[in-house]
Amino acid sequence: MLSRVADSLYWMSRYLERAEHTARLIDVDLQLRLDQSLEAGAGRWLRLLQASQVPPPEDGKIDAESLTNVLTLDRTNPSSILSCVAAARENLRQVREQCSTEMWEQLNRLYLQVNSTTASEAWLLHTHVFFRAVQEGAHLFQGVTDSTMSHGEGWQYIQLGRFVERTDELARLIGTHFGRLPHPLDQAVESEEYLEWVGLLKSCAAFEAYCKTYTAEIRPMRVAEFLLLNPEFPHSVRFSVDRVQAALVAIGELTERKAEQPVRLAGRLCATLSFSQIEEIMASGANGYVDSVRWQCAQAHTAIQQVYFDYSVESALVS
Amino acid sequence: MNPPEPLTLFRPPFRNYQFDAAYDEMFSAPGTPRAHYQALFQNLLELPPEELRKSQQAADLSFLHQGITFTVYGNDEGTERVFPNDLLPRIIPHQEWRKIENGLTQRIAALNLFLEDIYHHGRILADGIVPRELVYSCRHFRREMRGLTVPRGIYVSICGTDLVRLPDGSFAVLEDNLRVPSGVSYMLANRKVLKKVFPTLFRDYGVSPVDHYAQALLATLRALAPASSSARHEPKVVLLTPGVFNSAYFEHTFLAQQMGIELVEGRDLLVHDNVVYMRTTAGLRRVDVIYRRVDDDFLDPLCFRQDSSLGVPGLFNAYRAGNVVLANAIGTGVADDKALYAYVPAIIRYYLDEDPILANVQTYLLTDRSQRSYVLEHLDELVVKAVGESGGYGMLIGPHSTEVEREEFRRRIEAEPRNYIAQPTLSLSRAPCFLDGEVQARHVDLRPYILYGENVTLVPGGLTRVALRRGSLVVNSSQGGGSKDTWVLRA
Repeated sequence: MLSRVADSLYWMSRYLERAEHTARLIDVDLQLRLDQSLEAGAGRWLRLLQASQVPPPEDGKIDAESLTNVLTLDRTNPSSILSCVAAARENLRQVREQCSTEMWEQLNRLYLQVNSTTASEAWLLHTHVFFRAVQEGAHLFQGVTDSTMSHGEGWQYIQLGRFVERTDELARLIGTHFGRLPHPLDQAVESEEYLEWVGLLKSCAAFEAYCKTYTAEIRPMRVAEFLLLNPEFPHSVRFSVDRVQAALVAIGELTERKAEQPVRLAGRLCATLSFSQIEEIMASGANGYVDSVRWQCAQAHTAIQQVYFDYSVESALVS
Repeated sequence: MNPPEPLTLFRPPFRNYQFDAAYDEMFSAPGTPRAHYQALFQNLLELPPEELRKSQQAADLSFLHQGITFTVYGNDEGTERVFPNDLLPRIIPHQEWRKIENGLTQRIAALNLFLEDIYHHGRILADGIVPRELVYSCRHFRREMRGLTVPRGIYVSICGTDLVRLPDGSFAVLEDNLRVPSGVSYMLANRKVLKKVFPTLFRDYGVSPVDHYAQALLATLRALAPASSSARHEPKVVLLTPGVFNSAYFEHTFLAQQMGIELVEGRDLLVHDNVVYMRTTAGLRRVDVIYRRVDDDFLDPLCFRQDSSLGVPGLFNAYRAGNVVLANAIGTGVADDKALYAYVPAIIRYYLDEDPILANVQTYLLTDRSQRSYVLEHLDELVVKAVGESGGYGMLIGPHSTEVEREEFRRRIEAEPRNYIAQPTLSLSRAPCFLDGEVQARHVDLRPYILYGENVTLVPGGLTRVALRRGSLVVNSSQGGGSKDTWVLRA
């Protein structure tokens, strides 16, 4: 497979994952706000912006409508939903012959839908409908991909992109929440705090799955354990890193480059997560831990770039 | 003699169908459809226009969702537009197609012999059939190609010739597109849509299939593979595209996908020791045949335009060394120069000793003093074209021009007579189109696609381009044209 093609599939997948993540984040947040007083919600805007890596407004004024717009339809913000879906589509457009027609049509349809949405529609009329449509569009694309594309090398780059992005997003989101640590960690939380932690779980589509594992009693420590270390839930860090490693092993075999750097880096991260104890993580600070996860994930990303996408010609001619 | 029954004609949806001096593809006389259009005519009379309108909307939507769009240059940041598709097929009887097929086969054979000759011994120049200065002054003549031998002596292996039908009903060649002709994907996409819209009609008509085009193209490209490659492995064929911003990008992806070959950009390729490699995730892989959709100028910054970022440095040397084959070859543009076009009938006679099967359109060479003065006196009747341009750019259509435009062209012609030719304003034939809920006549041309590898192959069909604007004679997609499916009948 051409390096450029692999690169485009990888980034297409990352951008789409980011769009889905942002849509879920805002959707959950706006729902949550309905149950809260205005003051209680203000702090969360800042966390939301931080999690989306968008700098807060300079005048410090936080206005829900304009912020939603920045995160949703603002083309000048490269992380907005519209920018991400457009970038995903542009990447797929460059490698159209590599994906199935159904995949292209689904992503193109999602783009046309998001692109034709006006700010007033997204905000006033059908807030929930819009964010749901983005999430569903992304899910549909994944389903279409899995059932119409060969699960060969190209598919593995799509997996890789999705789970590298997800690892990073989850780690960042968990970091912003545990940065506060206002509460005894291993006790059930109540009222306003309860809403915050449920918000975090829902932002990872994890509320129902959490309840099945730990019942509806919300304890920050358990939330952290679930989101960081659960090996079965698709929006946990552990699960995502496992998938990254699996994709890298498969790619290594397909390209006959088994012992390469990215596999080792992902393998190390996998091992760290599978042998970590939540008590230890919390004792030494959740923030430090997620930062280390993010840093290792970024290293793996760089190694992927260097080995598969952008290697030097001299090194390739020798082998 | 009974007068034709005009009433049948003026029934909806034909209420506004108009006739003029042009040949009408559907009707031999107002109200009397030609035999091969009879079934479609009946069908249109019976079909509620609402049905057709729905089909048209469904087709447009399907084109948009598939992303079958092209980019209009000159607009802000490359606007994507759906290539307008007209639902009514253009029908060509078997006999007429046979003549087109023979004529184009003859033409591509002669033009290839001509290219081989001028890049080697130049017999035709020495014999004074084609003026030397015409060839050497052509912008697309590549002296780098002198003495270079290409596989099978085939310079042009992929060609899309523009034909027009004159008022007397005969086909004539308007332009040979010998460089990187496009549009074949629209031929295939149109066919897919029409089979859905008129399944019964399609079957009853007995239409020749076109779906095997991609396979035929791949076979053609493989036939050109350098001898050295077959010993090593199956020849590796790739399609080189300028990239996603090119107006024909959709077509490049489509063809690569249909052929199952790699779609590469210049940055995916590199040359080492006169061998071309592509950069893959598993390391470098050798490339044998490049179906290039990049113009000569941009292929190799070391040899042609230095500012090109679309090409591959060193590609020309690898080509010269015979380690890679380019299709089409470099320098074919000299044979579709619009001034040289006037000599194609002579070229056919010279190399093949046959009379041309398809006529040329009368062409005035502006380097000739008497022809030039005639043209300058009749600018308001003629069409003036720049010799090296394509796509409907750089043209003056006399009858539709203003005094200012004519003055502008007069100045340009006098400054650079070699750069322009003139032709009579042709009355292109007209075919029925479904517009605004009814059937109207619009001017059309025909671009069949010719492949030349082991032998010459024409897929029976082609792209019928339509000038959608009422009265317009320009069919190019960049100038408001559309296209329709072309049905070549089996018998």
